[in-house]
Amino acid sequence: MEDRLIIKGIEFKSRLWVGTGKYKDFEETRRAIEASGADVVTVAVRRTNITDRKSENLLDYIDPNKYKILPNTAGCYTVQDALRYSRLAREAGVSDMIKIEVIGDEKTLFPDVIGLLEATEILAKEGFIVFPYTNDDPIMAKRLLDAGAAAVMPLAAPIGSGLGIRNPYNLKIILETIKLPVIVDAGVGTASDVAIAMELGCDAVLLNTAIAGAKDPIAMAEAMKHAVIAGRLAYKAGRIPKKLYATASTTFEGML
Amino acid sequence: MRLKINGENIDNLRAATIKELLGELKIETGRVAVEVNLAVVKKADFETFRLKDGDVVEIVNFVGGG
Repeated sequence: MEDRLIIKGIEFKSRLWVGTGKYKDFEETRRAIEASGADVVTVAVRRTNITDRKSENLLDYIDPNKYKILPNTAGCYTVQDALRYSRLAREAGVSDMIKIEVIGDEKTLFPDVIGLLEATEILAKEGFIVFPYTNDDPIMAKRLLDAGAAAVMPLAAPIGSGLGIRNPYNLKIILETIKLPVIVDAGVGTASDVAIAMELGCDAVLLNTAIAGAKDPIAMAEAMKHAVIAGRLAYKAGRIPKKLYATASTTFEGML
Repeated sequence: MRLKINGENIDNLRAATIKELLGELKIETGRVAVEVNLAVVKKADFETFRLKDGDVVEIVNFVGGG
């Protein structure tokens, strides 16, 4: 049976979603994204360079006809700013999807969930397909869905930290509580972290630094591609229960 | 005309509309969004939206982000 991820009628070809920040150049960005097999690519909204007119555009390398562009509101610390960036992102004309970040603190980049909830509600009413970057709190996940979020994006660990899945139990509770997609966003460090998220039953993983910051981003992108597939298959296959003592794999029958 | 564009004061602009302004700045209209005095301007209105002296204009596009 086909195992497709569909959110608000949009079909996603991969369960790995990737960011476009921190790469050496646009060419490396393009190659890493290609190697990752990702379908969704996040981007940020910033001022156009009005003096250096020859500066290249990210979308010259990431074709919006090939990838689903998910703009974010990175760097926004207030609801007002998150709304402003979201509306500009939509008007840029590639997507109605928005990854909302309302950041609460510079050092941790943890979300300000109160602002996040308010922004989610307003933007969902304006017809945006809202993906809120939230913490791993099952109650907040529920509140965000009630506010009109299309999915929830709980963090695994602080953005860019590479600490991996810090609270698999909370993610499990979110997965049990929430009947809409759960996409782990932020904090994964390597392929096994991605596999763990997928084995828990998460619907997708969004990451950036783990690929862009690797010594060989292209190779890491490929590793992430396989990790998502492996983790998802393992989840669907249903793992064996954990036991304290051994169970022999080989029969005793026929022994001398 | 004098406008404040992306935080910089720019004098002697000839453009009267957003479309003309983007043309004057040699910016492709396809991939940008424009805000005038904190209100987003729809792409469909770029040709008709008239700029006034002293307007605060923001022109944004997409950059790398996670």
